[in-house]
Formats: sequence, C-alpha cells, structure tokens
Amino acid sequence: MTPSDRFISIRNVSKSFGAFTAIEEISMDIGQGEFFSLLGASGCGKTTLLRMLAGFESPTKGEIFIDDQPMSDVPPHHRPVNMVFQSYAIFPHLNVGDNIAYGLRKHKLAAARRAEMVEEMLDLIKLPGYGNRKANELSGGQRQRIALARALILRPKVLLLDEPLGALDKQLREQMQLELRALQRQVGITFVFVTHDQEEALTLSDRIAVMSGGKVLQVDTPAGLYETPRTRAVASFIGTMNFFRGTVRRNGAAMAAIEAEGLGTIPMTTAQLTKPDGAPVQIALRPEKFSLSAKRPEAGLAVEGRLCTSAYMGERSQYYLSIPGKAEPVAVSAPNTHRLMGGHDLSEGEALWLSWSPESIVMLDTD
Amino acid sequence: MSSYIKRPNRALQVYAVLFLIVLYVPVLFIPLFSFNDSIYVRFPLQGFTLQWYGELWTREPVWNALWNSVKVGLVVSVISTVLGVMAARAITRTRMRGKGALVTFIMMPLVIPGIIFGVALLVLLSRMGVPLSLYTVGLGHLIICLPFAVATLLPRFEGFDPSMEEASADLGENGWWTFWRVTFPMVMPGIVASLLLTFTISFDEFIMAFFLTGTDPTLPMYIWGQLRFPKEFPSVLAMAALILFVSFALVFLAQWVGRKGLEDQA
Repeated sequence: MTPSDRFISIRNVSKSFGAFTAIEEISMDIGQGEFFSLLGASGCGKTTLLRMLAGFESPTKGEIFIDDQPMSDVPPHHRPVNMVFQSYAIFPHLNVGDNIAYGLRKHKLAAARRAEMVEEMLDLIKLPGYGNRKANELSGGQRQRIALARALILRPKVLLLDEPLGALDKQLREQMQLELRALQRQVGITFVFVTHDQEEALTLSDRIAVMSGGKVLQVDTPAGLYETPRTRAVASFIGTMNFFRGTVRRNGAAMAAIEAEGLGTIPMTTAQLTKPDGAPVQIALRPEKFSLSAKRPEAGLAVEGRLCTSAYMGERSQYYLSIPGKAEPVAVSAPNTHRLMGGHDLSEGEALWLSWSPESIVMLDTD
Repeated sequence: MSSYIKRPNRALQVYAVLFLIVLYVPVLFIPLFSFNDSIYVRFPLQGFTLQWYGELWTREPVWNALWNSVKVGLVVSVISTVLGVMAARAITRTRMRGKGALVTFIMMPLVIPGIIFGVALLVLLSRMGVPLSLYTVGLGHLIICLPFAVATLLPRFEGFDPSMEEASADLGENGWWTFWRVTFPMVMPGIVASLLLTFTISFDEFIMAFFLTGTDPTLPMYIWGQLRFPKEFPSVLAMAALILFVSFALVFLAQWVGRKGLEDQA
C-alpha cells in the first residue's frame, strides 16, 4: 500500500449514541483522488460515518486520519474537508455569489480576485452569470450545483457528499451523476459519497463500501461487488441474485463438485473449492448468467424448469422459473435483442432449459 | 353538496362578529370619550374637542412617566430578546435531559399571576435591602417578557435547518462568525418581532410596576395615580387612547414582520 492509498484512514472506529451503536469497529482506507461511496439502507450508519469525517460527530472509539493527520481534536471548521449537505443548506439570506464565496472570508482576498474565483466556480458548475441570483429563485438541481461550488472553491482535500442527488427527479439525477463523475475527474479531489441507491453507487464510484447495521460488509470496486459478493447480504443488496444451498462432494484430490439444490452436481476446480467433503456451502448466480433455451443444450450444465411468470422491462425481460428441488423460483434475465424462441412470447407453464457455466457461480461465505 | 369542512356556517359567523364586538367595543369608548367636550364620561356626547390632548401635551409629569416607560421598555425588550435568543437556540440545538421541563419553567410566568410574582419580588428585594426604582420595575418586566420572547423566537429556530449552521462550520467559520453570518440574519425577523412585542408588554404593564415602582412612575402607574382626580380623567382617556393606538401598531408590526420572515425562508 502506498501512502496515497491511505489518504483517509479509518481505524477501529465505533460510535454509539447512548445505548444505540451506530458504527461498530470500522476500519478502512480511502485513496487520494478516489470516488468512494458508502452504500447502505437508511440507518446503516453511513451518514454517521460521513459526519465523523466532517467532524460533526466524534468517534466513541478509534481514530480517523486524513492525509496522515489524526482528526479527533480537529473541529469541523479546521478540517481539510468540505461537505455537500443532503438539504444543500444554501444560505437563504445570501445570493448565489455570496453563498459560493462564504468560506473565503478568512482568505482576505481582494474583491476582484474573489469575484474571479466565484466566476470560475460558476463556470465549473455550468451556471455562468448566476452570481446575483437570490437563493430562493433556484431549482433543486441548481442548489445542488451551488452547494458543490461552495465546497469546491475552498479546494478541500476531501469532499463529502451526503445523498446529494436524493432530492432530484430521476432524469435530472442521472444527468447530475454524469456531471458529478466528470467534475470529480476534473478537480481530482477525493470524494466520499453517501447513498442508498445501489445503481448510483455502481455508476459513480471507483470503490464502494457496503454497510449494514453499523458495519462494513465489503469494500470493493463496483464490478467486484457485483460479480463476486462475499456474503448473501451484499449479494442481495446489489442487484438481483439467486441463492442455492449446496454440499461439497470430493472424490480424491483433483475432483471436487457441489451438489446444489435444484441445479444438481456442479463440477468445480479445487482452486474454487477449498472446503472439505460434506461441508455446507451457499452459492449464488446472477439472473443474466443463465441462458434459456427450448431444447437441452448439447454441452454444459443445464436443468429443465417451468416458466412461472415474466416481466417485460424494455431492453430485457426477467423470467421466473420453477425448477424441481428448489422452493423459490429462479430469476433469469435475458436481453430482448431478438425476442426469445423465434419471436413467440413465452407463456406461463412452458417448459424451458436453463443453462450456465460453472465460472459464473459465486461462492458465498456461510456465516 | 359541498362537504361540511368547507361549508360556511352562518351561526359561527355571527358568533365571531359578536365575539369581536364584546372584545373591542368597550375599548373603543376610550378614544370616543377622549374627544368628548366634558369632564364626565357619559352619554350624550357633548361635542368634539382636542382640549384633553392639548392638556396632556403641556403636562410635565406625563412626559416624565412616558420617558420612564420608554427607558424600561427598551432595556427590557433588548435583554429579554437576547436571553430569548440564547434560550431558543439552546432548546432547539442541543441534546439535553429535561428539555421539556425546562421549556415549561421558562413559560411558567405566563400562567403565574403577576400579583404573586410582584409580591414575591417585593418581599425578596426589600429583604435584600434593594431600593425600589426603575431597575426593580425592569426586573419584574423581564420575568414577564421572557416567555413571550422565547415563544416568539422558538418557531424561528425550529423552522430553520440545523445543517445551515453546520454548513457554516464546515466552510471554516467558528461559532462566533457562524452566529453573526448565518444564525442571526436568519432569525432576524423573529428578533424584531420579539423586540416589538416585549417592548409593548413592558410599556403597558401595571401589576409588577405597582409593586416595584420607587419614586419614578411608569406611564401606567401615572395613569393609575391620576384616576383619583375626576377632573384629570378626560386627559387620562386621551393618553389611554394614544397608548392603545401605539400598542396596536407595534403588535401588528411584530406579527407582520414575524410572518414575512417565515414566508421568505420557505
């Protein structure tokens, strides 16, 4: 690990409010210039962790380092971080320019230099000439940009964002996601982004920490989280996932397989499977890793199932098939590039073959 | 058929009008008789005169009493509003035990009879050997005005997003600058409303002043003193009419400023 990989270092941090534990023993590192997301359902502790980075809450235990400096004794107004609040917190009594320049008072700049910096920021957030607008004349998207500009003008080492896109409607949110990502690349500042929207986290982030119940379940790249989730909780939080219980079957040193409910015996390499014979395992398969066909494929793993129900979702369809030996139906996702089976729509009760490759199987921790 | 929720109710309208009449018509007799050309307050009216207002104008003690009331009112309104700001901020911004009980204690003077507070303060002050003066009147008024200041300011503090102050801290300002650059301008309408309201209350207050006044009377005390002299009565009415007018104007102004501020913030 290089020092810039530990730009923010969270060491054994816990936080309790009275009897309630909001954060439990979190340790992780965030690299310089990284777009890092804290992802989790509400109440998972992600906002508390962000507020500890900002200095609005102090850890009950543990220490947070930013750029190698311990932060416990540094109050919010002396930390090298700035925050974009969920409500944006645009000062209603100041115009746009004064809002953006708010943090510059101590810099004792000449009026001309100050105005120039504000204009630069307004250009950066694509609101040139908005300096004299009143705060209450702004739309949600504009407020969000101004909150960004107000924080970025101070050139913080870290920018903290607390669900900044949550209040925007879907279209504007998607546009702002792209802009936010581009902006982060442009300014090169480390972003720590809190969200409960898994799609948003996947789109924006270099790395994501999935949180639940005050703990970090997994820290990984978006692709890593999606393709190789470590636990069932992470797998089900991000996207749709099919879970199968199974048992390890070993026959000598070279051969290993999993006997999985509904899927039969799946041969595995010994590298994939390290557990002893007879050990219970939990495996998972994403819906799009299955293929559907009317006839049994000539090679490979396949089982026959019946279509329970399907959902047409535009570019793809989601099918739910019941297979013998498994209680819950299996979700299968197929693109609608050519509608399946020579164009005829699948009808409920139809018999179909499900096939998959062993590499697409995800082994989960059985805790 | 409209729902009963929006249907106008004739009986309630009549009741509302009667209510306002009973409330304000007696008060309207005061300005009415202050223009009456007779020292007796009785019908029929004798004719229009400004004589009583003229007499008022030339009477030195009236001006002294007025000035006393203004002095006490200004000091009391400023102090109670400052204390009110601190209390409202503490109540809305800090996590503390027994907050509900604290608010109840702050509001208590609203329901404790003024005569009890007046007697209690008089006993205490005379035991301590503090001479009665405008300062002791001010102290009494402060107790009465503080709940009004808190009640006026509390909604302002409750209505504004605590992340505003956090944003200021996050942008590098310490507590002092955050207060002057964010908190104060945002609660300003509440502060103005509180100043106007507490000034009016102090200016009109009688019971506390009755117990706690030394040799310098406030205006209500002066009026009380004049009631013993029948021939002074019309000019007392003239003065009462003026006080009534100024009080109404100040309270309306306070309400208007308070409401306008809330609208701007929304």
